[in-house]
Amino acid sequence: MQVLQEEGVEIIFGYPGGMTIDIYDDLAKSSIKHILVRHEQGAVHAADGYARASGGVGVCLVTSGPGATNTVTGLASAFMDSIPIVVLTGQVPTRLIGNDAFQEVDIVGITRPCTKHNYLVKDVENLARVLKEAFYIARSGRPGPVLVDLPKDVLQASTSYKSIKETRMPSYNPTYEPNARQLPKAVKLIKESRRPMVLTGGGVILSGAAEELRTFSRKIQSPVAGTLMGLGAFPASDPLWLGMIGMHGTFRANMSSAECDLMIAVGVRFDDRVTGKIEEFAPKARIVHIDIDPTSIRKNIPVSVPIVGDCKITLQKLNQLLEKENEKDLIQSRDPWLKLIEEWKATRQLSYDQKKCANIKPQYVIEMLSRMSNGKAIITTEVGQNQMWAAQYYQFDQPNRFITSGGLGCMGFGLPAAIGAQIAQPDKLVVDIAGDGSIQMNIQEMATAVQYGLPVKVVILNNRYLGMVRQWQELFYDRCYSCTDMEHAPDFVKLAEAYGAVGLRATRPDEVESVLKEGLSLPRTVIMEFIVDREECVYPMVPAGKAITDMLLT
Amino acid sequence: MTNNGTKRNILSMLVDNQPGVLSRVAGLFSSRGFNIDSLCVSETTDPLISRITLVAVGDMSILEQIKKQLNKLINVLKVMDFTETEFVQRETALVRVRAKPEHRAEILRMADIFHATVVDVGTEHYTVEVTGDEGKITAFLKLLKPVGIKEIARTGPVALAREKK
Repeated sequence: MQVLQEEGVEIIFGYPGGMTIDIYDDLAKSSIKHILVRHEQGAVHAADGYARASGGVGVCLVTSGPGATNTVTGLASAFMDSIPIVVLTGQVPTRLIGNDAFQEVDIVGITRPCTKHNYLVKDVENLARVLKEAFYIARSGRPGPVLVDLPKDVLQASTSYKSIKETRMPSYNPTYEPNARQLPKAVKLIKESRRPMVLTGGGVILSGAAEELRTFSRKIQSPVAGTLMGLGAFPASDPLWLGMIGMHGTFRANMSSAECDLMIAVGVRFDDRVTGKIEEFAPKARIVHIDIDPTSIRKNIPVSVPIVGDCKITLQKLNQLLEKENEKDLIQSRDPWLKLIEEWKATRQLSYDQKKCANIKPQYVIEMLSRMSNGKAIITTEVGQNQMWAAQYYQFDQPNRFITSGGLGCMGFGLPAAIGAQIAQPDKLVVDIAGDGSIQMNIQEMATAVQYGLPVKVVILNNRYLGMVRQWQELFYDRCYSCTDMEHAPDFVKLAEAYGAVGLRATRPDEVESVLKEGLSLPRTVIMEFIVDREECVYPMVPAGKAITDMLLT
Repeated sequence: MTNNGTKRNILSMLVDNQPGVLSRVAGLFSSRGFNIDSLCVSETTDPLISRITLVAVGDMSILEQIKKQLNKLINVLKVMDFTETEFVQRETALVRVRAKPEHRAEILRMADIFHATVVDVGTEHYTVEVTGDEGKITAFLKLLKPVGIKEIARTGPVALAREKK
């Protein structure tokens, strides 16, 4: 408890069990608040959402055996998206480990590949040091989830507590400061470039570098595109914003990547959803790649100027170097490039047609939500079509507002993450955008939201299908909708009321505005169900294995 | 060197001497689809630090990823790639050969040439111990093959860099 308090932990998400009762006993006497979830997977996603919305480290506490194994999906998601969380799992007493004891699993073995690091504490003398290291590892360098397995006898043992001031690990030394020799190389390429492009990702948000990115991009007059994880790092309202890039990115963002002569990639890892066919990605560009993790650089894409370092510090240093340059040298001949981009924007915008349709178009719901909340809400999403429409149609101007399971793509993430985000930011509007499939994966967390009076809003885009898979089946499998029909669904309004929340439903386009207005204004947990057009697809779409310029547009 | 530019590369790393570290390294290789040809682990003069010497197969870009990923592991202190430097490499093999009466003299003569020793004698087999670099071991085994090798146990190479002169 003392280490947790020293680390500034205020909230723990968890679910008690036999092996952790000792901790819960101490917890009752401490000032740390515990949020009781209804499934351990919800606890991890909530800690994840909390970390992303607050900028701190999310903390989870679960018991051994099934409690621990239920955290694996959440850990894998946090690992893929580099989110700092510490998951504490109970474990059977040390003398029983390896004996197939009741509720025993080798959780350290199971989570080795999906955590940044993990520990099994076998001696109470190591407990404080290990916990301190866990927090240090979780939040430093490229952040990530850390699991600490705590056997019951270790928890029950006592020792004197010596506060540890500093954590230093000789084997772990992340590089924050960029190599000074690489920066001038980047500046040189910028001066030589006529068609530059900035690609921003999750790293910019984790590093807190949004302001430095704005200064940088405006100084060199470079258009900016974002990966899914980078949305919000650069304001969508800025004229330099190109939109999201990749499989469901905007036309102009994808076309820009093919025509640019310099790509400055900050805090991205060039995931396959972003690059499409790798051999044809950014064929005309030299690439400057800034990332804190050396393994991300030159993993998929050959790079002209690799810079290992923290995004914020690196951009600050670059901005300082750019200050010394003649402004005209930096923005030469931008006009034809910017004009070309405007033409692309005029040719092909993200669009849908609500007027010609008697059913509600899901994009319409998102756009209206974006307008009503002034783009200032914290949006969590589930996975699939709902996630893509939220990314495309909600206008994010600030970082730490878009919370989604990007790398793992874990359905059921949104509701518990919204709970975590609401606790981190109690005064902000938090909305989970869900599909009818995803919301049922962790629907039990509605009880958590209502128990703690969290006014989370759940927007269900109900098309009675497993939407994204159905879209692929429509486009590539001759409309063979095998096992994606979800006609049998609960009455979500009654379900909300069963949990003690408010349930609202819109079935026609003219009801959308009033339902949103009412739902957003209530100081309660609300489910707003929108019965949407069943076979609407997410466009643009880059089919698997194609270059990102090979977009299907309708 | 084989074709496609894939090579056998010797990596030597210093790691924390803690339970599970070997599992982490092996797990890294299996989850990323890298290939380990051989692996040798033991303590160093510092009881808190162990040395792992392993042979990984791959081309230049794969090797670079392997080294970076190994460095990323929290328990790995240092990774040295011996492919590009001058180094000393040794390996030990225990070879059980079929010792028919007409071959015994030949076996002993070859052992003598390769500075190998016979460590076990039976009615039908001799077990020979040979130490040397990879080339020597391979040559020795090749020469013994016609006689009839029943079993082999090899350690895989260990290596240290040469002093810079």
